[in-house]
Amino acid sequence: MNDGDIRKELVAIVRSIAPELEEGDIVASRPLREQVDLDSMDWLKVIVGVHEKLHVDIPEADYGKLRTLDDWISYLRGRLA
Amino acid sequence: MIELKLPALGAEMEEGKLLEWRVKPGDKVKRGDVVAVVDTTKAAVDVESWNEGTVHELRIAVGETVPVGTVIATLLAPGESAPAAGAPAPAPSRKPVSPAARARAKALGLDAEAIAGSGPQGAVTVEDVERAAAAARPVDRAGEMRRAIGAAMSRSKREIPHYYLAETIPMARAAEWLAAENARRPVAERLLMGVVQLKAVALSLSRAPELNGFWRDGAFAPSSAIHLGVAISLRGGGLVAPAIHDVDRKSLGELMRDLADLVTRARAGSLRSSEMSDPTITVTNLGENGVEAVHAVIYPPQVAIVGLGRISVRPWADEAGLRAMPLVTATLAGDHRVSDGMRGARFLSELRQRLQHPEDL
Repeated sequence: MNDGDIRKELVAIVRSIAPELEEGDIVASRPLREQVDLDSMDWLKVIVGVHEKLHVDIPEADYGKLRTLDDWISYLRGRLA
Repeated sequence: MIELKLPALGAEMEEGKLLEWRVKPGDKVKRGDVVAVVDTTKAAVDVESWNEGTVHELRIAVGETVPVGTVIATLLAPGESAPAAGAPAPAPSRKPVSPAARARAKALGLDAEAIAGSGPQGAVTVEDVERAAAAARPVDRAGEMRRAIGAAMSRSKREIPHYYLAETIPMARAAEWLAAENARRPVAERLLMGVVQLKAVALSLSRAPELNGFWRDGAFAPSSAIHLGVAISLRGGGLVAPAIHDVDRKSLGELMRDLADLVTRARAGSLRSSEMSDPTITVTNLGENGVEAVHAVIYPPQVAIVGLGRISVRPWADEAGLRAMPLVTATLAGDHRVSDGMRGARFLSELRQRLQHPEDL
């Protein structure tokens, strides 16, 4: 799975929670939760979505590493390797 | 014969518009089955039957707006047979629909048979279809919701003599316990602190039963069940506060599933009538939005509301000295017609204690 695939899966998961979001709305270098207005319940749904789609179990202790879409992609690249 | 009335789905609701029938004459329903979808100012709500029986007659048509309390359908109780004379069982008697009306309804995605007919013998005409389509069109939801919230809150501020209390609660133990608990739970079963707080609120109400119930007809009607209304903000503005039922008797895992389900359905606009009409006290958690404390307005006919602010690390002094500690400010607004500050203080003190023993929640 390359970075483009990971990004596509992630954006699909986020859009399933925030359907008002347009494909190009997320700036990959800016904090995701600020841009998309995800509360803690939405955030947990993203974590669960990643677990279901990509089979990566993200411990709570790692949440702090996942600020931007770029952070997510590099984190998942490492976990999927 | 059982009469099924349009329930009040919130303090400010005076009428509702029928969007859809989910049953037809002859269908068997049990308590809790969804019989209709009604548009209120806040959301489309699934109206449930409170009785078991067989649907006898649907009294209102799709698109019709009727006041709260109107009989919308009748049910035959189990064992009861339809009244013989006069009213022929409206069961599968096909409603006359003009071919043009049928075609128009199909084009608009409506069920022609479910529309009230104004033609000869109640036939459905093209005009009837157009009228039903106009009625089904989305209204200015945001504007209506703002007006509804304004009406309920004005009534509350006009009628309820509020008193306000606040308590700062250390959250270090709850946070440590939750982190350990979530580390051992599978991803899909992780808990949010908000759920831990809801359970603590519900259990603490046992020390202050005057906060849980309704003000009705000039008197307090306490509730033995604890149904927590949870204020949920909607994407695009506005809020609803449907209930999670029997919070004191559910496990944290069950509450988490209930809350996730409720948030999803609130945002999708598919709440159930019982959830909208029976919260016995509301909890509003504005912690996500970064405020330290929220002094909330009671949602009538309830008599209290609990507000929770952000959990943040602040200076804290106790016997062990001065430390940095995660803290939350919990507030209570109570109705002075029912309780006094002393009782409210007992509740907040109990809440603080309960949150120091998260393993018992």
